[in-house]
Amino acid sequence: MKSGFLTLLIAALAVIALGAIARSSDPLLVQQAYIVGAVLVLALLFAVRGTAKELANDTLARSGWQGVSAKNKPLWVDEKYNDTIVRYGVVAIVFWGVVGLLVGVVVALQMAWPQFNIEPWLSFGRLRPLHTSAVIFAFGGNALLTTSFYVVQRTTGARLFGGALPWFVFWGYQFFLLLAASGYVVGITQGREYAEPEWYTDIWITIVWVAYLLVFLGTLFKRKEPHIYVANWFYLAFIVTVAMLHLVNNLAVPVSLTGIKSYSAFSGVQDALVQWWYGHNAVGFFLTAGFLGMMYYFVPKQAGRPVYSYRLSIIHFWALIFLYIWAGPHHLHYTALPDWAQTLGMVFSIMLWMPSWGGMVNGLMTLSGAWHKLRTDPILRMFVLAIAFYGMSTFEGPVMSIKSVNALSHYTDWTIGHVHSGALGWVGMISFAAVYYLTPRLWRRSSLYSTRLVNWHLWLATLGIVIYASVMWVAGITQGLMWREYDPQGFLVNSFIDTVSALHPEYVMRVAGGALYLLGALLMAFNVYKTIRGGAWDRKAESDPTPTRDAEQAGASAAPAGTAATA
Amino acid sequence: MSFLDKHKILERRATLLLVVSLLVVTIGGIVEIVPLFYLKNTIEKVEGMRPYTPLELAGRNVYIREGCYVCHSQMIRPFRDEVARYGHYSLAAESMYDHPFQWGSKRTGPDLARVGGRYSDEWHVQHLIEPTQVVPESIMPSYSFLAKTPLNYANIAGHLKANTVVGVPYSQDMIDNAKADLEAQANPDSDYDAFQERYAKAGVRDFDGNPEQVTEMDALVAYLQMLGTLVDFNLYNEAENLR
Repeated sequence: MKSGFLTLLIAALAVIALGAIARSSDPLLVQQAYIVGAVLVLALLFAVRGTAKELANDTLARSGWQGVSAKNKPLWVDEKYNDTIVRYGVVAIVFWGVVGLLVGVVVALQMAWPQFNIEPWLSFGRLRPLHTSAVIFAFGGNALLTTSFYVVQRTTGARLFGGALPWFVFWGYQFFLLLAASGYVVGITQGREYAEPEWYTDIWITIVWVAYLLVFLGTLFKRKEPHIYVANWFYLAFIVTVAMLHLVNNLAVPVSLTGIKSYSAFSGVQDALVQWWYGHNAVGFFLTAGFLGMMYYFVPKQAGRPVYSYRLSIIHFWALIFLYIWAGPHHLHYTALPDWAQTLGMVFSIMLWMPSWGGMVNGLMTLSGAWHKLRTDPILRMFVLAIAFYGMSTFEGPVMSIKSVNALSHYTDWTIGHVHSGALGWVGMISFAAVYYLTPRLWRRSSLYSTRLVNWHLWLATLGIVIYASVMWVAGITQGLMWREYDPQGFLVNSFIDTVSALHPEYVMRVAGGALYLLGALLMAFNVYKTIRGGAWDRKAESDPTPTRDAEQAGASAAPAGTAATA
Repeated sequence: MSFLDKHKILERRATLLLVVSLLVVTIGGIVEIVPLFYLKNTIEKVEGMRPYTPLELAGRNVYIREGCYVCHSQMIRPFRDEVARYGHYSLAAESMYDHPFQWGSKRTGPDLARVGGRYSDEWHVQHLIEPTQVVPESIMPSYSFLAKTPLNYANIAGHLKANTVVGVPYSQDMIDNAKADLEAQANPDSDYDAFQERYAKAGVRDFDGNPEQVTEMDALVAYLQMLGTLVDFNLYNEAENLR
């Protein structure tokens, strides 16, 4: 049934795409419709295949799976929770992760060697939003959707609410990503950082997001535990705050209902603050609060220890969500934004250091009594490294929000480096670790295909981040100082282009750092693929009881179940 | 710890948790953003600001479409070096008709808030077609297709109208003549007196040097050439506008 609905949905959307091609006078919309239509036709083929398979399974299910060996039964048979959607989600995380990082390496190449720009579709100005959105919303967003679906079921003891609604959320979200990505390359953008999709894509994601909230909240209502576990507070705050930010920041008036272009409701200085109130809290709630929810579930599970402090988690939660929302104006220091707003933004950004580190302490100290596991368990090591990077970038952030520091760092690559130590170090690492945690459990393998590859991934990624962040510090501070360099006669020493060509070595090294990180992610994709496929190495495979091919793996899957208590 | 004990009330009620979280996250935004709409000193009083001409608006949309804002800021900070390099620091009033604002956040290339009139039209056209021909070390992508792409302005009046909905003071006269004004600005042989009456200080030239058609290059160059030229800083009273 579900696949049937999906097939119909895809077909309906394909018809809309065709309609747009035929009727619109807007050339950009027509180009976008061609891309979307092509992807939908491909998707339709898979959906039809899925429907056929499902129909066959329905017949078998009615017969009580008679004559089907346990090995050939689909994984979802008799599952207490809706884990099929989580399995789809894990694949989506890995896919979008590789895509986002790959585009990142391409834009890094473009900054080192402009010959890599291919006008008009693949030039830097269009690919950069593709990179940021692919990493934040596609990779990060799928990580949040997927883990929230997994965690909320495990911590409430209830199956996901809403029947097919979670599937609408999953596929609706992927369709949003397709709309956004295809729009960027053909030149459809609102020109608002991290909120580039135009008005019709914004409306679509609003509908999907409301469905997401309903699924999450509905599952909480169905819970069999009296308390709502702390991870779910963070997920809930993330969902509702992102909804608020998205709705206000994207208020706009379309030129026509059959065209792509809209004009934002606010202008100039007000628009700037609304945008950075949104932009900074895309970091605060999308990339922080949601991922902290992940931390509060997966780190205790992987370490086999309860959360360090329940009280600290209460203070952490409320202080974090209250303070974060004020920090936006630090993106507008020394601009035409009134001084009082800038100062307010700076003060709250510095205060934000405390709840951030409170959360870091709570995550790290959860390992009390389990530190020895770091020696044998690279997945736990990855979680800890993610938290360490979280601590580092949430220290760097408040420093950069101080006006006199910002005077140097703003407009330079220092900001880019800061963002990446957070995104690659915190968001990326914790998502990878969660994928490694989830994959063997969801596909019922005894362990991952290879623990050694996890270790390789860990060190490649770490090396990549260290290179990336340090060359961006050098580039940012170099350029900031060169811009303000005066000679004894009182003239500026450097023309602007001097401060660009000076950064070439750093830009080349940045490509290397990013490529190492991408390589790590490719190893993960391979490892996840092999784990899903299964094989002789899998001790749970009934057909082949041979011992593991990797003795180390015993340590990796040793985390006892049920240790993340609800209190 | 009775305070933390009371937290159990929230932990047991999903709706309450949702509502309280939402209240907590709205406070910061309300305190910071709302006053900007009613504090009179948020936007300075200046002479000379006017809405974009139809051609400039179309050019601005090309600027947005190509993502120029990811590498170029339009916000000069009040520092000695920035004022020396780019000109007078930017005023809030100068982006009062910008939907959306394009202040930017990164300077891979220089600030463009006052680039208008600094270079010739020919320089801009050449630079956009192949940046390294005029600035050999440049890492800017080339935008040669702009010169070959005719500008799509059939519905330019609709764009002006949408702007009036969000508060830009386009008059009915401006909306009615939008298409004619756009063509007049790109054609120095046209009868452009009425156009210049509607839009003070607007330059009328064949911006891309190609009289055959109005291209996206015409629009973008017209936009770049007006950036930062509207406010007359000889008349601007800084002391009056201290915030």
